[in-house]
Amino acid sequence: MSEPTNFFEQAPDAPEIAARFPDLHPPFNKTVALTEANRCLYCFDAPCTAACPTHIDVPRFIKKIASGNMDGSAKTILDANILGASCARACPVAVLCEGACVMHRYNRQPIAIARLQRFAMDSLYESGALLPFSSGADTGKSVALIGGGPASLACAAELRRRGIRAEIFDAQPLPGGLNTYGIAEYKLPLAESLREIDMLAQLGVQFHFDVTVDAKMLGELEASHDAVFLGLGLGAIHKLGIVGESLAGVTNALDYIADYKSGKITSAPAHVAVIGAGNTAIDAANAAARLGASEVHIVYRRGPEQMSAFAYEYENSKLEGVRFLWHTQPVSINGNGIVESLRLAKLDDSLLPKPEEDFDIPVDLVILAIGQSTHTEFLADDNIKLDHGRILIDRATGQTSNPKYFSGGDCTNSGREVVDAVADGKRAGVGIAAWLEEQHANA
Amino acid sequence: MPTLETTFAGIPCLNPFWLASAPPTNCGEQVMRAFDAGWGGAVWKTIGEPITNVSSRYSSIDWNGQRMMGLNNIELISDRPIEVNLREISEVKRRYPKHVVIASLMVESKRDAWHEIVQRAEDAGADGLELNFGCPHGMSERGMGSAVGQVPEYCGQITEWVKEKAGTPVIIKLTPNVTDIRMPARAAKQAGADALSAINTLNSITGIDLDTLEPRPNVDGRSSHGGYCGPAVKPIALNMVQQVMSDEQAALPMSAIGGIGSWQDAAEFMLLGAGTVQVCTAVMHYGYRIVEDMADGLLAWMRQKGYESPDDFRGLSLPRVTDWKHLNLNYKIVARIHEDKCIGCGLCYIACWDGAHQCIHVDRTLPAPDTSRTPDIVAAESARRISTTPIPKLDLNGVGETGPYPTPLARIPRVDEHECVGCNLCSLVCPVPDCITMERVDNGQSPETWEERVNAGVATESMADAGNPNL
Repeated sequence: MSEPTNFFEQAPDAPEIAARFPDLHPPFNKTVALTEANRCLYCFDAPCTAACPTHIDVPRFIKKIASGNMDGSAKTILDANILGASCARACPVAVLCEGACVMHRYNRQPIAIARLQRFAMDSLYESGALLPFSSGADTGKSVALIGGGPASLACAAELRRRGIRAEIFDAQPLPGGLNTYGIAEYKLPLAESLREIDMLAQLGVQFHFDVTVDAKMLGELEASHDAVFLGLGLGAIHKLGIVGESLAGVTNALDYIADYKSGKITSAPAHVAVIGAGNTAIDAANAAARLGASEVHIVYRRGPEQMSAFAYEYENSKLEGVRFLWHTQPVSINGNGIVESLRLAKLDDSLLPKPEEDFDIPVDLVILAIGQSTHTEFLADDNIKLDHGRILIDRATGQTSNPKYFSGGDCTNSGREVVDAVADGKRAGVGIAAWLEEQHANA
Repeated sequence: MPTLETTFAGIPCLNPFWLASAPPTNCGEQVMRAFDAGWGGAVWKTIGEPITNVSSRYSSIDWNGQRMMGLNNIELISDRPIEVNLREISEVKRRYPKHVVIASLMVESKRDAWHEIVQRAEDAGADGLELNFGCPHGMSERGMGSAVGQVPEYCGQITEWVKEKAGTPVIIKLTPNVTDIRMPARAAKQAGADALSAINTLNSITGIDLDTLEPRPNVDGRSSHGGYCGPAVKPIALNMVQQVMSDEQAALPMSAIGGIGSWQDAAEFMLLGAGTVQVCTAVMHYGYRIVEDMADGLLAWMRQKGYESPDDFRGLSLPRVTDWKHLNLNYKIVARIHEDKCIGCGLCYIACWDGAHQCIHVDRTLPAPDTSRTPDIVAAESARRISTTPIPKLDLNGVGETGPYPTPLARIPRVDEHECVGCNLCSLVCPVPDCITMERVDNGQSPETWEERVNAGVATESMADAGNPNL
């Protein structure tokens, strides 16, 4: 059953990982934070706020840092984004708030919004203050949330603030989903994700761990709750479908990242190949490099223009020592029980292998990062409308085709950012409360 | 080549940059280093019967991360014996005969006491005397400093006593802590003063420590009002210098003081009639070295303007400061936003709506201009918009249209020129230089002032509404 606190203390102690994955963007000290905060122009209807999926009032929280109102600053952030601490570290701010900063058009560096946000949240932690919200008066309503990732957490927070019970069911032993297990440790350490969820638990969110919800259980939860939120995330990483994929030494990026973050892996072999060139592939490749691999290749069948990783992730990865094999595709994974080499084909512009241009590279570890499948097979047919496995929702309320079911996050958008999941969850929390209210009024 | 050499009340000056009577002129060693750095003169830290100081003594106002935009002090006059100060003045004058040393004096309000100190200061070799009628704290409680400066009769009386004895020019340093600075200035002039200096510091309390509830600067849990100076007081000083210099009964050679730290500051005071300028806070902040650019920058500006010496531009702006009733009511300007420079911060928009006349709008991408949308409506629209992280592969067309300018058209405000009153506010808050310019509109009307309207019988003094551009 539910044991809400203290997740932070359950974080695995892995000093080697901490040493190999220090902060990519170290925290601001007070002087730097104040100087940076004072640089903010305090735009009206600020583009940074509009660009943020959760619409954090960025100029407001920054001006509160400048004025020394640190509690107010953190409250401003959390009011819009209950996972403001992890988003400060995990968000691709270059394409979000900082990308929208008007300073770009003034030939200047954008305001370091993410680091200021982290400064505000760290200050809240240091002050030892509780979450600056309390749960609403009990309405007697309850919602079951399937999956304990950012979408469900954000949804649960909105529900609790409105006096609605929120029970989260998660397949993992710790909460947070990809926020806890899937983000590069130098951006968001596993322990920091848990620390943030500890604050959320103060709102009275209940957690059930190591529970995989199937169709039968979902039916029971639907019967015992007033609404259900599906924050399922995505499923397993796709397979390549080539020879040798079952050899020892072949893994996928999500498992690899989760394993090193939780201290199960503390070193990498000499030669590593990562297949795919999305942000997850880059995280896995960087991790292998930091864990001691002497040669890490990213293998991608298209060119740098088409890769889905953000440009700044690509640049950073080159600095980490990762090499990129463009227009290249695995043909087979070879070895005697264990991976020894990877056969690769060069591709032409129409993604067809160029004859006679296959080549081998030695590998000890192959990490697949070519996208995740969906994880919605267990949803009863026609009960909830899907599109290619993706749950269809009304964007403004998160409601699915079945009015009692709401959803948000990766299972609805095919995999975006933490902040997108938080925004979905938040809208769904508000949407559920409004729907329950309406049901009550009609009853 | 232009020169900075000038003459002030008969005293030849290498340049118009003097150090004000303050901590930077506390002793001979300091003053000589200042002269080496390029200062043309120094007004010695006020000499009188030695006092006892407290600690701490200074407090300041920081603003948006900038330090010491205003400085406050509760330090008194020199705490060193009179003879030590005078001996050092002799030493400095012996080694720097071309540099100006002014003895700042303050003694009790007795004729003999003033006669004696004047004699001793001139014997020491001072080029002139500055009577400290301005110090607003401590000394004023003992009947000196601003206690004298605030009463024109006392001001005149002591000036007379000093003039009975003095052989060098006598400068009266005025306090700004009065309702009309012209009154003590007139009294000084009538009593025979040779020159004036203004302003001394303003009465101030800089702040309260919100942890201890103690005012600053803290002296064992208490404080006392001090004297305020630094960049914050410059506009007040400019006004007071102008008031005195525009008043025939008060105007004398003026050594201007108040927030001066750059050549631009100096030029502005000189354009309002100052012969020399005195600096304190900027030197306390950055050291004597700042004088290098004050001289260098002023010379460069003079070259650009074709001025050969400070005499060529002294007082040139004085006639342009006038009473409101002489301003042209038919002069019309409106704001123009240069779209190519706009960064879309929205500061002009919110300033106009909340602080001015609601004539800037964000409606360029609407089907028709809409002047009824309030800032709250605009903000609420943004809050309702659903934003997602743009991912190149999923969002093929990027973040949406931008328009012909670097900033999306929807974010570039529009000025309603018919409603714009030409107040300047938007151009003042705009962070981008030259992005919002105020441009003249030819309304075909010939210049007309309020006074002219009253004289023509078009308006009467009591017609409060007439000439009000809002009606």
